[in-house]
Amino acid sequence: MAPTIIPFGPQHPVLPEPLHLKITTRDEIVTEVVPQLGFVHRGLEKLADLKDYNQLVQVVERVCGICSCIHALTYAQAIEALMQVEVPQRAHLLRVIWSELHRIHSHLLWLGLLADAFGFESLFMQCWRIREKIMDVLEATAGNRVIISVNVVGGVRRDLTKEQCQWVLDVLKDVEKEFLALEKVFINDYSVEKRTRGIGVLPKEKAYELGACGPTLRGSGVAQDLRQTGYSGYGQLDFEPVVEQDGDSYARCKVRFREVLQSIDLVRQAISKLPEGGEVRVKVKGNPEGEIISRSEQPRGELLYYIKASGTKKLDRLRIRTPTFANIPPLLTMLPGEDLANVPVIVLSIDPCISCTER
Amino acid sequence: MLHMTPTILKNFFSKSATRLYPVKKREPFDNVRGELDIRIEDCIFCSSCRIKCPAACIEVDKKNKIWQIDPYICVYCGICVDHCPTKCLYFKGDYRAPVAEKAMKIEQKREETQSK
Repeated sequence: MAPTIIPFGPQHPVLPEPLHLKITTRDEIVTEVVPQLGFVHRGLEKLADLKDYNQLVQVVERVCGICSCIHALTYAQAIEALMQVEVPQRAHLLRVIWSELHRIHSHLLWLGLLADAFGFESLFMQCWRIREKIMDVLEATAGNRVIISVNVVGGVRRDLTKEQCQWVLDVLKDVEKEFLALEKVFINDYSVEKRTRGIGVLPKEKAYELGACGPTLRGSGVAQDLRQTGYSGYGQLDFEPVVEQDGDSYARCKVRFREVLQSIDLVRQAISKLPEGGEVRVKVKGNPEGEIISRSEQPRGELLYYIKASGTKKLDRLRIRTPTFANIPPLLTMLPGEDLANVPVIVLSIDPCISCTER
Repeated sequence: MLHMTPTILKNFFSKSATRLYPVKKREPFDNVRGELDIRIEDCIFCSSCRIKCPAACIEVDKKNKIWQIDPYICVYCGICVDHCPTKCLYFKGDYRAPVAEKAMKIEQKREETQSK
């Protein structure tokens, strides 16, 4: 039979973001995939020329809503390193707390979307119901639900009182209990396994070679997690990267599932290590100068910021590389040989964030 | 198989996870960044909110003592509140109401306070 070319996206029910894949199929089996990007380019990097470096915190937060806090953290730590600003210990741990809360809500959102992609509507609702508790925690502690805007160059803008810390721990206890009730569904359920096990396999060597990152890489058996470099407050916390060996969609789902539990544990550790009182923000004077690369671990993988500044209020260059960009080549190798019906689940399994990628 | 069944059965007998929104409203948390407002009588029209705002949504007219904001450009970051020297800017704690037509919010300081 002659090959058929099927357009996947830019508008597709599985993904509200505009990713276009030109899928060549032969008898419903994918043979070749060509991606096309560029539908939501907003030119956020160009804004670095127009706004001063303090205002850019709010700009980089809008690169991606789901992991906004981590974008701001990466940017702020780059500028702090350029200006040799010493951030208070308490601020470092508060940054960890909010970053991990972001990771929990991002992974819960993704687990829900995965369930939705293979048609398990009630599981999707359960995940998002749990996620809502985390959103409440973010709103009560940071002031906003999604783009919380707590990071600034020199520290954080909000502090947690003892009562708030206790309340966060109480909510996390509830979240953990409700989340563990879903464990059997994600790990053992027949219909979940049927749609994810052995689907979209990315072998370990291939994952490493193509530069996959985040849960996509760890799901293929490579224990690489940028949090282990100990940036911000992560150096004081005790954790191991979550790794699965199979490299299929099921393994990536399991990695994210276990990472939620890991993040809950990290928030607990960070709260227990919060130093008593003290400043959470230092005053920053002067302008940044020099070149720097700052990296951090987002829910989706490695985030990289390159900044070039020449001692003026405005930066010369801001370059952002987001994890989805790194995960697109691995995605293209996962798809050939798969059934067309599995394409949505595989595309979703890398947790694509297209507006992130195109900035 | 059927691992979801206990959760589903539990949901039959527990209360709804959602609220009937316009009828039942959740009280906003403390210190939430909601709609931005100003106590115009305390404002000294120094323009620091206008300069610091990342979204450029505030306009200050020192001569006519007018402070105005486009609430639909505001990103609720709270930078202006942090930098206000007289602490006359504050958040209301609740989200702004939906509208059919967008309009600038304009505040003018009255003349009598000026003449004193």
